[in-house]
Amino acid sequence: MSNKNSFLSRISRRFKGWEGFLLVLLVIIFLVNSSLAPNYLTVKNQVNLFILYIERIIVALTMTFLIINAEIDLSVPSIMGMSACAMAYYYQNGMPMVNAILIGIAFGLAAGIFNGFWIAIVGVNSLIVTLAMQISYRGIARIYLEDKSIGKFPEWFNFIGQKNILGPFPLSVLLFFAFFLIALIILQYTGFGRRVFVIGNNKDAAIYSGVKVKKVKYILYIASGLLSAFAGILLASRLGAVRGDLATGYDLDVITMALLGGVSIFGGSGSLYGVFLSILIILNLRNGMSLMSLSGHFQKGVIGALLILSVLGPNLANRFTEWRRRLKFRKQQQESCE
Amino acid sequence: MKKFYEIFNPEQIRGLFLFSLIIIVILIFSSLIPDYMNARFINRLSTSVAIVGVLAVAQSLVFLTRNFDLSLGSIVGVTAYLLGQQLWWHPEIPPLVAVLIGIGFGLVMGAINGLIIGYGRVPSLITTIGTQAIFRAFLVEYSNAVPITTNNLPDWIVNLNQLSLFTIQGVEFRVLFGILLLVGIAFHLLLKYHRFGRRLYAIGSNPPAARVAGFNDKKIVFLAFLVCGGLAGLAGFMYLTRFGNIMVLAGIGLEFSAIAAAVVGGVSNNGGAGTMFGAILGGLLIDLLENSLFRTVAVSEFWRDAILGMLILLAVVIDYIVIGRLRRVWARIGFKMDSEDAEKTLEGAEHVK
Repeated sequence: MSNKNSFLSRISRRFKGWEGFLLVLLVIIFLVNSSLAPNYLTVKNQVNLFILYIERIIVALTMTFLIINAEIDLSVPSIMGMSACAMAYYYQNGMPMVNAILIGIAFGLAAGIFNGFWIAIVGVNSLIVTLAMQISYRGIARIYLEDKSIGKFPEWFNFIGQKNILGPFPLSVLLFFAFFLIALIILQYTGFGRRVFVIGNNKDAAIYSGVKVKKVKYILYIASGLLSAFAGILLASRLGAVRGDLATGYDLDVITMALLGGVSIFGGSGSLYGVFLSILIILNLRNGMSLMSLSGHFQKGVIGALLILSVLGPNLANRFTEWRRRLKFRKQQQESCE
Repeated sequence: MKKFYEIFNPEQIRGLFLFSLIIIVILIFSSLIPDYMNARFINRLSTSVAIVGVLAVAQSLVFLTRNFDLSLGSIVGVTAYLLGQQLWWHPEIPPLVAVLIGIGFGLVMGAINGLIIGYGRVPSLITTIGTQAIFRAFLVEYSNAVPITTNNLPDWIVNLNQLSLFTIQGVEFRVLFGILLLVGIAFHLLLKYHRFGRRLYAIGSNPPAARVAGFNDKKIVFLAFLVCGGLAGLAGFMYLTRFGNIMVLAGIGLEFSAIAAAVVGGVSNNGGAGTMFGAILGGLLIDLLENSLFRTVAVSEFWRDAILGMLILLAVVIDYIVIGRLRRVWARIGFKMDSEDAEKTLEGAEHVK
């Protein structure tokens, strides 16, 4: 065991844990789907999956950061809806598209600043704040669009989400990979990323060791707001039309992607490699269910079950190992007594 | 003479604040809308607050244990649909049995939540986001998009909504409102005087301490979710009587109203504080806003969600900043008084020596 930290052994250690399990799951889903549809495992099909869920997987990146930091942001789908609706509203009222997009992003920024203020600075529970804001931001989207639908955006805008610019990849998918790389570097290889982990592990210890907890949390919420707004605008560009209930219920998928990827809901552990695997799993699982012509609501139910199982499974496994350890300990004690 | 802090405590100040907020809302809207507080409006309000009020009580129970239930809307929808279907197939079911069936459906779903949260140790947020989707998926798949309509239901359940016990100057005291009052009183007494209720507070105010003190926290959390589900089942029955037509999307968003009612009503999301009447008053405030916004011309009803969310945030922030500080002040006064008493007794003891 001299080469304990060599590259290969590091990889093998990684795949012995949760990520290995995810990989096995992914292979099973690939096999089942391939048996359902012959040309399943082509690059074109996989890219297509990414395009269909691009908004959710972009937001899953910031959600990973937040959950590792032992916080959560439930207002994400509403920020997506609000930004897209504001953008559509101002575009329809005669504003140039670029300015309208900037306004949409500004809404996301404002939402992030607002959430971050209450959670990071004042210190209110993030769950209830973002839950309240999930309702409020959705309400703002409704105030802008009422029950209308706004479409007919300029052509170049629709191209962002639809037209391929590099081989089979449209701009949105390339952007996701860029975001993913940036997030990976920040989380796994920079001081900021280490601070995110430290705060998630033990907030008080982080405060006493001089980590600027408030600042880190604030930055994360602003990033979450910005990226959600961006994702909302991408969604508008992909769909070509915006409605008040845009992106409703996306929080289920986004949180499932993070938690299934091995991010602990109690904070302090997780990796973006796992999240990437779980993104692939959810995309392919949804696609497989569509191939079996199961309804959208049924798919949501399956994702919900997956969400619960992704926390319940490790919990039960932990308890099982604990129980076995205790049994062993008791046996040893008995033997030593005899 | 009794001192100020002996007569009032932070919870009561909070209740007073809530009550004055309701009065202010009524005053504002009566200046905006002519003939605002007519009998018809009060009747309608009392029916709609009945459902939100029962759900607020349900949500408060799990709130007290530092948990959430985001699946309430789905439980209401599923119960209303299944119960409607039973009454459609068997119109001879007597009313009391129908209510019990509704509660039973709710209990089953509450038990699923409770098992996963209490015994599986999965955070309630994750569990109920998941079960919200699962219950809804079950409803959509099971119903095959066939709605329950008023024509298919027996007459008594359609008319129950309008049925009133007595009437004062056109203001009816409806059965549904009576159910809400009964639930409110029953759960107020339960929480105040029964072991089960006191245990909920104990678990919520300090979970590790409660565990060390020997409370079976898994079982208590399980029971809280079970009862919460049962109440949601009752609300499902009321939903069925009120609307009659049940689609697959019935009850969506009710969990937010319930959370808003509980939070605004002073049930702390940190657990361990709050009363059922507070929650019902919170439900009244939210329903009042909703029904009044519907009638104003100046502000469209689309403002409802934005205001609801801000109201929750406001209530939480007030709870966190103001009420938390007040509680600390009261605790300090109480401590000082206790220590003064102790000193006096000590002095007395020395004097006797």
